[in-house]
Amino acid sequence: MTIQTKYPFDKSLIEQYSAKNGEPDWFKNLRLQAFELIDELPLPKPDKTKIERWNFTDFKEHSVESDAYNSIDDLPEEIKSLINTDSDKRNLYVQHNQTSGILSLSNDLKKKGVIFTDLLTAVKEHGDLIQKYYMTEAVKADEHRLTAFHAALVNGGVFLYVPENVVIDEPIQSIFIHDQADVPLINHVLIVADKNSSVTYVENYYSMNEKAEGIANIITEVIAFDNANVKYGAVDTLAEGVTTYVNRRGYAGQDARIEWALGLMNDGNTISDNTTNLIGDGSFADTKSVVVGRGKQTQNFTTKVIHHGKGSEGFILKHGVVKDEATTIFNGIGKIEHGASKSNADQESRLLMLSRNARGDANPILLIDEDDVMAGHAASVGKVDEQQLYYLMSRGIPKEEAERLIIFGFLAPVVNQLPVEGVKKQLTSVIERKVQ
Amino acid sequence: MAGATLVIKDLHVTVEDKEILKGVNLEIKPGEFHAVMGPNGAGKSTLAQAIMGHPKYEVTKGSVTFDGQDVLEMEVDERAKAGLFLAMQYPSEISGITNSEFLRTAINAKRGEGNEIPLMQFIKKLDKTMEFLEMDLNMSQRYLNEGFSGGEKKRNEILQLMMLEPKVAILDEIDSGLDIDALKVVAKGINSMRSDEFSTLIITHYQRLLDYITPDFVHVMMDGRIVKSGGPELAKRLEAEGYDWIKEELGIEDEAVEQ
Repeated sequence: MTIQTKYPFDKSLIEQYSAKNGEPDWFKNLRLQAFELIDELPLPKPDKTKIERWNFTDFKEHSVESDAYNSIDDLPEEIKSLINTDSDKRNLYVQHNQTSGILSLSNDLKKKGVIFTDLLTAVKEHGDLIQKYYMTEAVKADEHRLTAFHAALVNGGVFLYVPENVVIDEPIQSIFIHDQADVPLINHVLIVADKNSSVTYVENYYSMNEKAEGIANIITEVIAFDNANVKYGAVDTLAEGVTTYVNRRGYAGQDARIEWALGLMNDGNTISDNTTNLIGDGSFADTKSVVVGRGKQTQNFTTKVIHHGKGSEGFILKHGVVKDEATTIFNGIGKIEHGASKSNADQESRLLMLSRNARGDANPILLIDEDDVMAGHAASVGKVDEQQLYYLMSRGIPKEEAERLIIFGFLAPVVNQLPVEGVKKQLTSVIERKVQ
Repeated sequence: MAGATLVIKDLHVTVEDKEILKGVNLEIKPGEFHAVMGPNGAGKSTLAQAIMGHPKYEVTKGSVTFDGQDVLEMEVDERAKAGLFLAMQYPSEISGITNSEFLRTAINAKRGEGNEIPLMQFIKKLDKTMEFLEMDLNMSQRYLNEGFSGGEKKRNEILQLMMLEPKVAILDEIDSGLDIDALKVVAKGINSMRSDEFSTLIITHYQRLLDYITPDFVHVMMDGRIVKSGGPELAKRLEAEGYDWIKEELGIEDEAVEQ
């Protein structure tokens, strides 16, 4: 136990926390097994970023009681603006640090058997489903130190289950509000879309503080069974000083589709891993991300699509803007396993550098173990195109405005994909604030 | 808004250390349509870009004034606001900005803060102009020039011209790559602008465009200078006889002139 003293937690803290939540034994044991692995396992190794000295595991308190936001009226104005105003169609979960608040799901969806609830309740009330899918198919606790840390100490999150053949038209929305940096945000989102189902989910990680020293360890698992269709939108705006590990992973069955639209706007150091495993034949992944790096932050974004199924298709599109003294690394990986014939792996990564001291790197990687496939990549790191700037200015648009238009245009592919109008607007205004 | 006179005096322009314009003189008064013709490499596009202020084109000598103001001292956007417009030979493609957004931003930049064009008025004008130019109305929602065919890009330049209503329009090979029907539409757009306050400088390689837009003056450019000026009949003669007779007449021997 001597080694573990360097962490601000021990076995008894986990046991107490689990008991306080009234968790079933299997979940507690899952935590404790993971706890034993934390020290054994190495940190993940994102290409081209050294993270050995980053703090991913130190914190002051493991959980905190915050004001529960139980109604829309309780919410801060900036959060209200993110929400669909049409209350009949509101499917919403709001979590304030670790405290769950608003949880609404339309009666129609409840009747159809859709489950939408905070994770720690789901563990108790839907144990069979959680036990089956939580960190079993997509992400596993024993991958590296940060997945083990996550499994041992998870303190928030949400579970969404869409039964077979249920098609949900209105987006399902989660908002994770963060204003207690002393407490780590160890958050887990689990989405299970059963056969032939369809759902659109959108989430915000929202820091209320501009600057805060802390950590976030976020894992999302999306499991899309045969012919299911999941659209996943996210806007992360965690504060400067928050060191984030965020892992969003998908598992796609036969003819299943997973589409990601990620606005990665954290102001702190961030390691982001967005991997989709195309397991079934004819499965499909589309992953779009936009990123703005500013200040002195270092960010590493790995987007990976792994093709197992025949005729599977994976598209990666990443656009990033880097300014000040920020560093942004893009790793795009398309991997076609042996047997995944007729698959198509395509990726595009582009970085726009807005200042001389900014650093950026875009690494396209194709790993192909099958002959009869298609694969392509495009990557670039460059400045704002002089010719485009000239063209816009020649129509009377001042230089700054022209630059703004070009940057916005460059980041538009993801902004336009976000399902909730309020979230789309928010991402636009975040980008505006960050690039000006 | 009254028209204004564009005066170009002894203009010398260098591109990447090579002198392309070697003393151009030209005066365009309100209401006048001028055509500049000449073989490839004569410096026609350079003249257009230098007037608009492309950063790669360096003016080493001479002056350009518009309505008495020193154009060369202005930023590119200020030149546009003063009333100059360049329909480009190769318009840029810009992803993520719709044609309509772009046009509204440009119009409002010109009108200034607090005087923005009302949205409905803008949409009406846009629809009407696109119809006039026989453009698919969906093109207003497409990204600026992205994936447009050559002809669509040229039509889109004329759309911008008609929406922005400049005092002087420079049209750089607006006819290149157009089939006859598209050419007629483009010409119709330009002719519709004709007024006492609007003048244009049409840069073209071929006489063909001038069958549909009748210029008041035709200038021939060779080796970085305007070597001959006349009326519409000059264009017809160039079409029939080529440029050799001018060279002979003026005793020009220039290896840069190649077809």
